[in-house]
Amino acid sequence: MPSTALLLSQAFNGLALGTLLALVASGLTIILGTLGVLNFAHGALFMLGAYAMYVVMAHTGSWLLGLLAGGVFMLVVGVALERVLVRLFYQRPHEDQILVTFGAGIVIVEAVRAYFGGNTKSVPTPSWGQGIVRLGFLFYPTYRLELIGIVAALLFALYLVLYRTSIGLVVRAGIEDARMVGVLGINVRRAFLAVFALGVLAAGAAGMLYAPIVSVQPDMGGSFLVEAFVVIVIGGLGSYPGAVVGGLIAGEIVSLTSAFNTAYSEVMLYAVMALLLVLRPQGLFGSEGRV
Amino acid sequence: MSTSLLEVEAINSFYGDSHILFDVSLTVGRNEVVALLGRNGAGKTTTLRSIMGLVTPRSGSIRLDGRAISGLPPFEIARLGLQLVPEERAIFGQLTVEENLRLAALTAPQAWTLDRIYEFFPRLRERRRSGGRQLSGGEQQMLAIARALIRDAQVILLDEPFEGLAPLIVRDLVRISRDLAAQGRTILVVEQNVVAALSFADRVYVLNNGHVAWEGTPAALRGDPALMKAHLGV
Ligand SMILES: Nc1ncnc2c1ncn2[C@@H]1O[C@H](COP(=O)(O)OP(=O)(O)O)[C@@H](O)[C@H]1O
Ligand SMILES: [Mg+2]
Repeated sequence: MPSTALLLSQAFNGLALGTLLALVASGLTIILGTLGVLNFAHGALFMLGAYAMYVVMAHTGSWLLGLLAGGVFMLVVGVALERVLVRLFYQRPHEDQILVTFGAGIVIVEAVRAYFGGNTKSVPTPSWGQGIVRLGFLFYPTYRLELIGIVAALLFALYLVLYRTSIGLVVRAGIEDARMVGVLGINVRRAFLAVFALGVLAAGAAGMLYAPIVSVQPDMGGSFLVEAFVVIVIGGLGSYPGAVVGGLIAGEIVSLTSAFNTAYSEVMLYAVMALLLVLRPQGLFGSEGRV
Repeated sequence: MSTSLLEVEAINSFYGDSHILFDVSLTVGRNEVVALLGRNGAGKTTTLRSIMGLVTPRSGSIRLDGRAISGLPPFEIARLGLQLVPEERAIFGQLTVEENLRLAALTAPQAWTLDRIYEFFPRLRERRRSGGRQLSGGEQQMLAIARALIRDAQVILLDEPFEGLAPLIVRDLVRISRDLAAQGRTILVVEQNVVAALSFADRVYVLNNGHVAWEGTPAALRGDPALMKAHLGV
């Protein structure tokens, strides 16, 4: 039986992982819900965010600049990807969409590998995130703790965009019935572009924030993509609250299980997903008959 | 020369290879209420969908206020002032009543205020924070019509507004439809409930197997039981 301190520390790790999964998964889920496209390039975009942070940090040492410049860069990538590629596949079968986004992901990963090499890059922790904090009888890395707060703030910002702005209104309506949104005079295609760029930004931001605490290398997005899929299945396809709650649950499952046995953490995640699919096929927040 | 607000001229619409509408022509004048009647499967919904741009006719033309709209995407047609209230109502169930209305108003050049809508539909004011999913059938239909009104649409296409509703609710909606007609709204209404539709229409078209089979006034249709029976089954 692991010690209480280890369990508690893992619970915090679960929160850090969970909020990040929530951020990646919310990007994935709004793209899927609104555009109907399962974006297999999402893991590569997460990785791209981490490299953006690496480049800016290496040249300027400024974390804030990394976040801002990285954010703009991810938006540009998102807009370009949608205009040049994804847009052409809205009317195509799901297999085609999966193949084309999967292919785009491979191109991004290999381009990064070709330019930066395949070895691991390390991104420094910002000055205000160094060291450890004492939480009662537990010592915990400062940056991870701050990360939880920062990502929570980003998730809240995303919530505000989705639930308090006109574009959010269009996105939420589009998730239900994009055709009717068009009948009400709204250019859904333009909204689709905004959604895709926003989703890419969410994946990239997660990569930027995560960069200091993982090894940054071209294939880092793969496992994150798979976990993000599990998250949106647990939370309900196309549901933003589902992505957030599903992300937190998944983060805790992975982290707490690995306190007992690291080898079983992923297995446990799939087991919970399978169980949930039996009990509630539409996921925690999904509506029946969707997607 | 023509003074009609909406002119549909000899359109032919298809779903895949099946030919549904055959040279359908109809006009709706400004401030006119026109009923489009016909049996189930006659092509009424397809006619409205063709006008809204959800189905693109292979031939023929559709003009709104003299401007050709056939071939435009639905959102552009909506911005020109045409609004379909679909048969299935298509309320956004995850959005509240008020969000449904705000969404509809987003791109309207001269949107009504929410207050004006709520004066027209007091029930919707009571339900404004309810999710679309929680509404009764009658409330959903009111909201569907309200979304067209808030856009201040020039022409409203109503697809079976009374379908599946209790008689009391139908009476309410008929009264609302009459009010709209009396205000000079331009409406093209599709209905199975012939009596209800005839009670507020100025003119009638009867569609049969994708062809316009008859055109005339409600009085003429009522006075011709054989016609009613042949094309409408009533
Ligand atoms: N999406 C569709 N695909 C193929 N056929 C359709 C579709 N929708 C309607 N139809 C067919 O088109 C014909 C006309 O349908 P519709 O316009 O809905 O009739 P109405 O509204 O008068 O009941 C029917 O024979 C129907 O089966
Ligand atoms: Mg119909």
